[in-house]
Amino acid sequence: MLLSGSDIIIRTLIEQGVDTVFGYPGGQIINVYDSLYKYQDELKHVLTAHEQGAAHAADGYARATGKVGVVFATSGPGATNLVTGIATAYLDSIPVVAICGNVPTTQIGTDSFQEIDITGITLPITKHNYFVNSIEELADTIRDAFKLAVSGRPGPILIDVPKDIQIAKYEYEPMAKVTPFDPESAKLKRVSEAAEIINEAEKPYIYFGGGLVSSGAKEEMLKLAELIDAPVGCSLMGISGVPTDHPRFLGMQGMHGHYASSMSMNDADLIISLGVRFNDRATGNINKFAKKAKIVHIDVEGAELSKTVAASVALRGDLKCTLKNLLPLINKSEKKAWWDRINSFKADEEKYLDNREGLTPRSALLTLNKHLGENTPVATDVGQHQMWAAQNVCFKTSRRFISSGGLGTMGFGMGAAIGAQMATNEHAVLVTGDGSFGMCLNELATAVSYKVPLTILLLNNGVLGMVRQWQTLFFDKHYSNTVLNRKTDFVKLAEAFGAKGEAVTTVEELDKALTNAFNEEGPYVVDCRIDKDEFVLPMLPPGGSMDDIIVKVEK
Amino acid sequence: MKKYTVAVLVNNQYGVLNRVTSMFRRRQFNITALTVSETESPDFSRITVVFDGEERSKELLIGQLYKLPDVKSIKELHRSETVSCELMLIKMRNEPETRNEIKAAADAFNAKIVDYTKESIVYRLTGDSAKIDEFIELMHDYEILEICRTGRIALEKGKSTIRNVTNL
Ligand SMILES: Cc1ncc(C[n+]2csc(CCOP(=O)(O)OP(=O)(O)O)c2C)c(N)n1
Ligand SMILES: [Mg+2]
Repeated sequence: MLLSGSDIIIRTLIEQGVDTVFGYPGGQIINVYDSLYKYQDELKHVLTAHEQGAAHAADGYARATGKVGVVFATSGPGATNLVTGIATAYLDSIPVVAICGNVPTTQIGTDSFQEIDITGITLPITKHNYFVNSIEELADTIRDAFKLAVSGRPGPILIDVPKDIQIAKYEYEPMAKVTPFDPESAKLKRVSEAAEIINEAEKPYIYFGGGLVSSGAKEEMLKLAELIDAPVGCSLMGISGVPTDHPRFLGMQGMHGHYASSMSMNDADLIISLGVRFNDRATGNINKFAKKAKIVHIDVEGAELSKTVAASVALRGDLKCTLKNLLPLINKSEKKAWWDRINSFKADEEKYLDNREGLTPRSALLTLNKHLGENTPVATDVGQHQMWAAQNVCFKTSRRFISSGGLGTMGFGMGAAIGAQMATNEHAVLVTGDGSFGMCLNELATAVSYKVPLTILLLNNGVLGMVRQWQTLFFDKHYSNTVLNRKTDFVKLAEAFGAKGEAVTTVEELDKALTNAFNEEGPYVVDCRIDKDEFVLPMLPPGGSMDDIIVKVEK
Repeated sequence: MKKYTVAVLVNNQYGVLNRVTSMFRRRQFNITALTVSETESPDFSRITVVFDGEERSKELLIGQLYKLPDVKSIKELHRSETVSCELMLIKMRNEPETRNEIKAAADAFNAKIVDYTKESIVYRLTGDSAKIDEFIELMHDYEILEICRTGRIALEKGKSTIRNVTNL
């Protein structure tokens, strides 16, 4: 049938199984919004307060489901406001499709009003991007974008659509939902090389990240762990990939990782890394990192193999397929001595735990745990609160920890939590800090408008705590511009937005407030007051090794 | 540091060269020569890149290039298995005192005169890059007005082509 470009955009999205898009209208995308009006029964559009919030929401939606998150923005400032959101998705390999309007093709390149070269700007932060030059290629471009976004290593794609293409008419034929390129196993020769090394190991450690989550290879990984009697640890991006209370799971490793997880990795004679890159926050000083270990590295992304740490065997391939081929080659074994060692690390970890009375970051999050359901998504912002959440929140289901790992974007949480809530239809939680919340709290308006059941646990320390921690430890307590000392009343602020809130100073008050929050139909701000001088521990100083690990700080 | 020559087969579309070179910029690779042209098929362009670096950075670079959907295949061209050449135009000041010496050198290098005026002579020279370097070195004794080089282009010897590369 003959349709306008803007109708084709909406119809193609519906055809590709999209049920929700996030966005913000403007002059160069107004035609698409007119088509949204027409198809409003088939496609829900969520109007955010800011395009950045919309981009984070699409990202949160994608993280919670594995489906493509979709965001719309107008040309110029609308498009540039997406940049932080797209970069956040890129660094965590999240499938997002951003569709922007632009000035008509006849005006492209003339610096006309609100014209910006958004494909140029987003070149280094997208997996791929498209400038649609003609109506003929519009529908297929969107289909290609969907296929690419979820194939191999997922990532964000941007499509720039000039206004005249939105207006032009063309024949539209509905097509089937695209499927990702077939996942491929790594070469069998490499798989058997890997098996050989794995079968020889006495102290293996399985290390996984976001790639394991996106390939859905949890079961295969746990089977491998069972066969070789290995502990399992993860990067920040891996959290919630296996249930937190799984007996083999040691938790996150790295700069602020669980003590036993980092120590075991450091002590291992073999690290099997699955869909995870060795970035500096995970390794510390690369020259001193896991010196005793051989590394078997499996990743869909060839470019990640031996990028920072040289692997003994590098396997490029889909994790699920590759592990399926690997498992039959693995001998079953028990590693009693290794577990004695791991258990001694765990006992040490136990000793270092913060068990102080009263309202502390840890007691706050343990209290939160009591309120979480099996499927509750927990988003975070960035800072100390994020690390405390990563260390202490308990997850049962995969894709429920929603956090900006690679870019570390303060302000990510509000949008992402809204997106994750809408994707899962579960009551959602945001663990945020006063600094981060200040960046994108405008999205409270969105959460109120759409009655998003969202508990916002604000760990309010009055400071940019994470930066302050570095200043305390490495900059002689020169607290340069990290004391917020703001007079913001977060409860009144919540009320002004049409939400509810309360401030708490004890564990009992927090517990009650959380009960109230989880019973609420809309957003609920719990302003949880904590001390400004709390530390995230353990801590590997930047550039340090496991010998430098800080487990206690004398105040 | 070693010198590497890598051929990259890409979709023949606008913006692709930018994507490829942008990858070099982001990862801070220094390119010494780069050529682009259409190939035997109008669907593809071939980019030949010459750069200096360590073995490891070359591998990282190839890995990064494979991330681009527009990149179809990549082949490192080793010196012993390839034929390569470069083209140069060089404009010299034409003076009676030096004219004969320049001409003698040009003849020895098989450089052809492609433009001649009272003030200047333009020579065209093809050959491997080292030979071109040598010729320029000689010309430094006289007054060089302008130089333009294409950068190295290269093909593998024998019947194998960039199209039958399997990724990694
Ligand atoms: C957009 C952005 N700007 C700056 C930073 C650097 N940064 C990392 S953590 C942090 C402090 C965060 O403060 P807050 O949200 O209050 O969390 P806290 O550490 O106090 O828990 C800052 C400024 C960042 N990660 N993101
Ligand atoms: Mg704070």
